[in-house]
Amino acid sequence: MVAVDHLTKTFGAVRAVDDLTFTAHPGRVTGFLGPNGAGKTTTLRILLGLVRATSGRATVGGRPYGELRRPMRSVGAALEAASFHPGRSALDHLRVYAPQVGVDDARCREVLDLVGLTSVADRRVGGFSLGMRQRLGLATTLLGDPGVLILDEPANGLDPEGIAWLRALLRHLAGEGRTVLVSSHVLSEVQQTVDDVVIIARGTLVHQSSLAELAALSEPSVRVVSPDAERLHELIASAGWTDRVAQNGSPGVAVLRRVSAAEIGARAFAAGLEIHELATREVGLEDTFLRLVGERPDGGAPKGGAR
Amino acid sequence: MIDALRTEHRKLVTTRLWWVLLLTMAGYMAFLAGIMAFVLADASGAMGTGVPASEPAPPMSPEQVASTVYTLATALGYVFPVIVGALAMTGEFRHQTITPSLLAQPSRNVFLAAKMLSSVAVGLLFGVVGTLCTVGAGAAVLALLGEPTYLSEPTVLRSAGLSVLALTVWTVVGVGFGTLLTNQVAAVVVLLAFTQFVEPVLRIVLGQVEVLEGVSKFLPGAAGEAITGSSFYADSGMAAGLLPSWAGLLVLLGYALLLALAGRLTTLRRDIS
Repeated sequence: MVAVDHLTKTFGAVRAVDDLTFTAHPGRVTGFLGPNGAGKTTTLRILLGLVRATSGRATVGGRPYGELRRPMRSVGAALEAASFHPGRSALDHLRVYAPQVGVDDARCREVLDLVGLTSVADRRVGGFSLGMRQRLGLATTLLGDPGVLILDEPANGLDPEGIAWLRALLRHLAGEGRTVLVSSHVLSEVQQTVDDVVIIARGTLVHQSSLAELAALSEPSVRVVSPDAERLHELIASAGWTDRVAQNGSPGVAVLRRVSAAEIGARAFAAGLEIHELATREVGLEDTFLRLVGERPDGGAPKGGAR
Repeated sequence: MIDALRTEHRKLVTTRLWWVLLLTMAGYMAFLAGIMAFVLADASGAMGTGVPASEPAPPMSPEQVASTVYTLATALGYVFPVIVGALAMTGEFRHQTITPSLLAQPSRNVFLAAKMLSSVAVGLLFGVVGTLCTVGAGAAVLALLGEPTYLSEPTVLRSAGLSVLALTVWTVVGVGFGTLLTNQVAAVVVLLAFTQFVEPVLRIVLGQVEVLEGVSKFLPGAAGEAITGSSFYADSGMAAGLLPSWAGLLVLLGYALLLALAGRLTTLRRDIS
């Protein structure tokens, strides 16, 4: 279990992390979400003993990272700035840390195989793509077969196929009872992977729940497309519906909330308005996320946010 | 600690820079030793024929010439082991491998201690290769000129052997320095400037002033030379004399430990982000 308890970190006058408390549980993939600069990486670095907290505690299995014996056997961590010596081969990168993890070369080859890098095991990392570096970073985390995985933006630089692979791997690892904490600045990237979400903005917790509970916060919306933009908007105005894309959407397209597709269809039919599309969007999870972190104009505005 | 040492050892052998530097040192030292053997033997020979030397300093005896040539690696080549030592630390920051390194070994004391201890092995290698090339090329040129090589003289051989020790300690000094100044480019520039220019000039200038002469003996380069008991700078009359061998060793080790301690309390204490 990963526990962050009233954690605060200030850099000069900036509160990068502000009284943050959350937990990530075994057997579940926890998404650690927030916009860039929200304090995710700082929190993870404190958790890993790389950055000292101003106050509060961050523990893995009840102990600070620095107090763990052979920490890479308990915690596998890959941070965003995946850091490799460009002159070292992929296999050598793993072999460098292997003695401190307490594993042999065979295990190094095994994890390379697990992340699909066997064919480039002896190639220098300097020539690797971002996606390959991400895979090598992941291989490093798996070296000690740890019960806790902490991954900072692991999907960055992966192609869609890679993201699907990562998703399956993380689900599998959590399925084995491991605690998986994955940070991301885009909810949709991890939406199909995570069980729980911890959402932060400006260093503070704005939401923590299961993904299902987050989804419950979202309202369905209906997308309407008509060739007659003018009359569509007249209809919306007369019905008193709220169009969420009115300002910047293309003409003739509206996304309406707090109204069912059936009602819109009936009113359009009654008004003789031609409709080309009428579709219910089940959950606007990303919208809910953006509203929570205060990046959308409609609701959830940040305290004192400039607009 | 054993694991940390194995990690440090692997970090080194899986990169290529060290042997590029080692080969460069080997070539450079052989070249310098050859040239200096030629020049110094010529100068000391000139005294024998009664032609006044242009140098105001007393001429070197043939034995001094041999010692001076054989320990040139310590006098002029120590920049190689010191840079290799520094790169072992600055490279971690340059390539941000400091993050995985500290994830594998969260104790920064153990991390630093392992780096310094592992550098001893590298230092020995640089010491042995550097000294062998110096002695080899120097002795070859002396023999070609028909000068005595003193290769069987115990004191001369002792100096050459101690040159290995001095170069080894220099590597540890490099690690200490790299810990204090983690910016790789800055560290290399400062090391080059200090070892190739600042210290030689300081030694010569301080050596001319009687009250400050003692101070110059405690400069790191002078301490390194003191370990071998033979000094290119002192013997050629450019700088003041040397500390005893054991004192030179203590002073140079002191530099290594002080630099490392200063680095541990500043740079290595900071957040890694």
